[in-house]
Amino acid sequence: MPLLKRIVSTLGSLVLTLFGLSVLTFFIGRVMPTDPVLAAVGDNAPQSVVERVRAEMGLDQPLYVQFGHYLNQLLHGDLGKSILTSNPVITDIARFFPATMELATAAIIIAALIGIPLGVWAAVRQRSWVDQTIRVICLAGHSLPVFVLALLSLLIFYAVLGIAPGPGRQDIIWQDMVPQVTGFLTIDSLLAGETDAFWDALAHMAQPVLILAYFSMAYITRMTRTFMLNALSGEFVITARAKGLSSRRVIWRHAFPTVAVQLVTVLALTYAGLLEGAVVTENVFAWPGIGQYLTTSLMNADMNPVIGATLLVGTVYVLLNQLADLLYRLWDPRVK
Amino acid sequence: MIFFSREWLLDDTPANRRQAVWGRRYRLWLSLRSNPLAMAGLLVVAVMLLLALFAPWLTPFEPGMQHLENRLAAPSAAHWLGTDELGRDVWTRIIYGGRTTLGMVIAVVLLTAPLGLLIGCIAGYAGGFIDKALMRLTDIFLAFPRLILALAFVAALKPGVESAILAIALTSWPPYARLARAETLQFRHSDFIAASRLTGASPLRIILRHIMPLCVPSLIVRVTLDMSSIIITAASLGFLGMGAQPPSPEWGTMIATARRFLFSEWWVPLMPCIAIFLTSLAFNFLGDGLRDVLDPKER
Amino acid sequence: MVTRRRFLAGCTAVPVVSYLSLNSSFAATPPTMLVIAMQLDNITSLDPHESFEATGGQICGNLYQRLVTPDPKQADKVIGQLAQSWDVSSDNGTYTFHLDPAAKFADGSPLTAEDVAFSIERIVKLDKSPAFIINQFGFTKDNVTQRVTAKDAHTVEMKLGAPAAETFLLYCLSATVGSIVSKKACLANQQNNDFGNGWLKQHSAGSGAFTLRTWNASETVILEISPQYKGASKTKRVILKHIADPAAQALMLKKGDVDAAYDLTTEQLLQVKNDSSVSLVNQSLSAIMLMSCNTNNPYLKKPQVWQALKWALDYDSIQKNILSMSFVTHQSFLPSGFPAALDDTPFHKDVAKAKALLAEAGYPDGFEITLDHYSMQPYPDIAQAIQTQLGAIGIKVSLIAAENRQVLTKMRARQHQLALTVWGADYFDPNSNTEAFCVNTDNSDNARARTLAWRCSWSDDEFNKLTEQALHEPDPAKRIALYQQIQQLGREKSPFIFMMQKTKNVATSKALSDVHMTVLEQWPYAQVKKA
Repeated sequence: MPLLKRIVSTLGSLVLTLFGLSVLTFFIGRVMPTDPVLAAVGDNAPQSVVERVRAEMGLDQPLYVQFGHYLNQLLHGDLGKSILTSNPVITDIARFFPATMELATAAIIIAALIGIPLGVWAAVRQRSWVDQTIRVICLAGHSLPVFVLALLSLLIFYAVLGIAPGPGRQDIIWQDMVPQVTGFLTIDSLLAGETDAFWDALAHMAQPVLILAYFSMAYITRMTRTFMLNALSGEFVITARAKGLSSRRVIWRHAFPTVAVQLVTVLALTYAGLLEGAVVTENVFAWPGIGQYLTTSLMNADMNPVIGATLLVGTVYVLLNQLADLLYRLWDPRVK
Repeated sequence: MIFFSREWLLDDTPANRRQAVWGRRYRLWLSLRSNPLAMAGLLVVAVMLLLALFAPWLTPFEPGMQHLENRLAAPSAAHWLGTDELGRDVWTRIIYGGRTTLGMVIAVVLLTAPLGLLIGCIAGYAGGFIDKALMRLTDIFLAFPRLILALAFVAALKPGVESAILAIALTSWPPYARLARAETLQFRHSDFIAASRLTGASPLRIILRHIMPLCVPSLIVRVTLDMSSIIITAASLGFLGMGAQPPSPEWGTMIATARRFLFSEWWVPLMPCIAIFLTSLAFNFLGDGLRDVLDPKER
Repeated sequence: MVTRRRFLAGCTAVPVVSYLSLNSSFAATPPTMLVIAMQLDNITSLDPHESFEATGGQICGNLYQRLVTPDPKQADKVIGQLAQSWDVSSDNGTYTFHLDPAAKFADGSPLTAEDVAFSIERIVKLDKSPAFIINQFGFTKDNVTQRVTAKDAHTVEMKLGAPAAETFLLYCLSATVGSIVSKKACLANQQNNDFGNGWLKQHSAGSGAFTLRTWNASETVILEISPQYKGASKTKRVILKHIADPAAQALMLKKGDVDAAYDLTTEQLLQVKNDSSVSLVNQSLSAIMLMSCNTNNPYLKKPQVWQALKWALDYDSIQKNILSMSFVTHQSFLPSGFPAALDDTPFHKDVAKAKALLAEAGYPDGFEITLDHYSMQPYPDIAQAIQTQLGAIGIKVSLIAAENRQVLTKMRARQHQLALTVWGADYFDPNSNTEAFCVNTDNSDNARARTLAWRCSWSDDEFNKLTEQALHEPDPAKRIALYQQIQQLGREKSPFIFMMQKTKNVATSKALSDVHMTVLEQWPYAQVKKA
């Protein structure tokens, strides 16, 4: 039962990694020089209230006792409450995570749709000006901080040209008007039959998605090019060419499928990276996603959301890595 | 001393080990030189380093000199790139900022590359439990969202350049460990390693003298490519308020503090953006070129 | 031939094309909606008996009403809101309020004395951060239901623990914490005896002009006009949208995506000042910017050092160049607009005098010290200017920037040396700030009262006595004179360097009129008219 063994070992390593993550985050949180009680009661609160709330929040206990409580809660599916939003962390995550996923998913789709063909083209036309131009475009994408591109995009497309809507996920009139089903505004508005809201959501997504797509595209194109170069120099390709098959057929029907699996692993890894790139993008575009939730909570030493969100992102990351690994082994019989 | 002439370097039948080593290096250099983008990258990196090194001689101003009455002045003959929100000369702050930024990057690389290399080689060579344990540790740090860990770390300590360096280093070493381990696994069972072992070399000696040097080329490539991502992470930390602190000139911090002028006195935040972009792009071109040259698989 | 590439390129163009055609419908905000771009990440709660910061207080002011409120035309006078009149016993120990019989909650139920008594009971028993404002009149969990009673449907009687000046009690009742909530609604929705505290996060139970429709933390707050509201407002809905970046707020205002931008800083304000489509509404607020000296540091012990610092700063340069539209120079702890405030500015930059004072203190060559400050703009700019100005008299300052609450945590732990912070008054009476800055009767580490004086380890009995005396002074003129005396004394021998007072400039579109704010940042949205 090699597959079963594999799944068990994957779960095992996942649990171990998550445990390590939670220990790390928990202790960082308790070492933070900000008093989380301040977020709950404010600076003007009298000392008696501060101490009472601190005891209520269990913060006067020794660290390992607090961690024990936290683990206990965690095993019961309770991620604790956020001081800033006063909601259970799970509720907040259920509201914020889909927003980030919406951006990341749309970005990776666009990045793949544009990046993969570009990579193939660059491989086919190796060393030509096409190859060099694509290389420059991709490397440029790696050379700018995300927030710079985001700010510039806001400046050019919103402030100067006025063709893009401003920061935020949707226009004011649609605020709170679309019932939440999946958390993906685009899908939810279609489900509710509000096509205007759909276009509005899409328009607001355009800038952050395109920016994130550009950044991931750089990596995807590069890797596609590398894989395709390997594939195109393989013997069976030479054979196919010798048989007189057209170039296009050779590329897409014969060479490309061999790299498809590797590309999926690249996409999986890139998706995980996108979740992280969202942090700064959400800041600039006032996007209510997990990145903004995490950084705001972190700044205020509100640690329950930080741990919860980190565990979530960590889980996604590890799962994606393992998935990529698994796919790679399953589909490529040469690798064992 | 042997004269380093071209024929000596390109001799196909080298007489000794030294000639072979230098010959190979010279061939690599020729190969790199034929790549225009990589050369452009090298040039820009060199210029940036020189600007940073000789900063005090390249400007009459101090980076901290405030002239509150002359804030946000447009570029002029007196102030080549204008002044910032406290009346300080932007050109001066950019080249001094190069010191901070490049210094941070070099510090991070000096911390992480040797550490990651060592951990990866040990893991790869030792195998078994040590390998599993070290890789588990690597995985934990890899799974942690890098910017978040850096943010948390910096927030827990005092925000500033030192904390930022530590924080970025803490999250940057895993890829090097992974890389080194992958390379080590390839060489572990080769003949020359076995031969070394037979002559009585200790595992540590084998790792240090034989395996680690073999991993260095791909590590160099990776490091050069990572330079830009370190610069960008440092800038992002500065953008979120957790990096180098004012009045220290650091490109990311300069963008963060001048962000509110983007729609009006746009040159103030734009200049550090350009500086970051040019430097990162240069490192990327260089690293890309190095990869083409050093790693024959990745042509 | 349609290649794969061309097909893909075509697909990506579609959303943009559709958006362009719908562009016009997105621009303006509807006439029945008031949309305000505001930083909402400071809100801790919308329960009026828990809320203790300006933004939450402003929203609560629109959801709830109180017994009395400051007169909008004359801030130091108090007029009735839910209370039509009141009687004071001769010993100032018992107060009787007569309520407006027509007052109704948003759900239509009548507002009675029972609700008022319940509200006071709730404040005391919940004992959240602002409770001390009411508790200081001698109410405890055990005695509040006996002391505050509903005599009949429209009369409430309060028996105070000790006699208190009428103005003092009324000012305190006019604070946000004095809001009246519906007893029925709170008890019907309470969980675990929390008096409805959890339920009030997403609902309101008040008699104000608006009800709370939603609060999405750090995203939006949506208010809807109350069915009971009798005024002439055309605004049916108010949406507060959280936009953290002031530059983005300014941009959205110019584009017409919002009607008002609340948090513009000097940079944006200077630009929109001359924009014909934008008007600015100015109001000075009670927030004071100051630099505090922690006197447990050996260098900061001597009064001559404090005075040297006061004479070293270039207040005008900082105000004119960095803060021209967001702060004005103010050099006392009572904000302008409060009774007894001193509005003159005797301190200005005098390097020679400052150096002489330092020499007198025994530090002719200066010393090294750290300055903690908020990392949010404009504080880093101000801190850097201070660093330069103190450098001119020989003091070498290292700056430590940190998140807002991190700085506060450090100060509360008395671990700072110099600190640059902002302090807002708790309620509209001179005692609020005077107590905070002057009183420290217990300087130990376990003190019950942790005023700002305590945070700086500074205790001066002269100040303690004078403040106590002023609090209980029944004659209004004498009371004012006492507070003025304390402020003068503070200028001469307290370790606080008062620098600026905040002034708020709300940028609105020209279509808005009748935008009125108070010094405690209350803004009745229902009064706003939209053309």
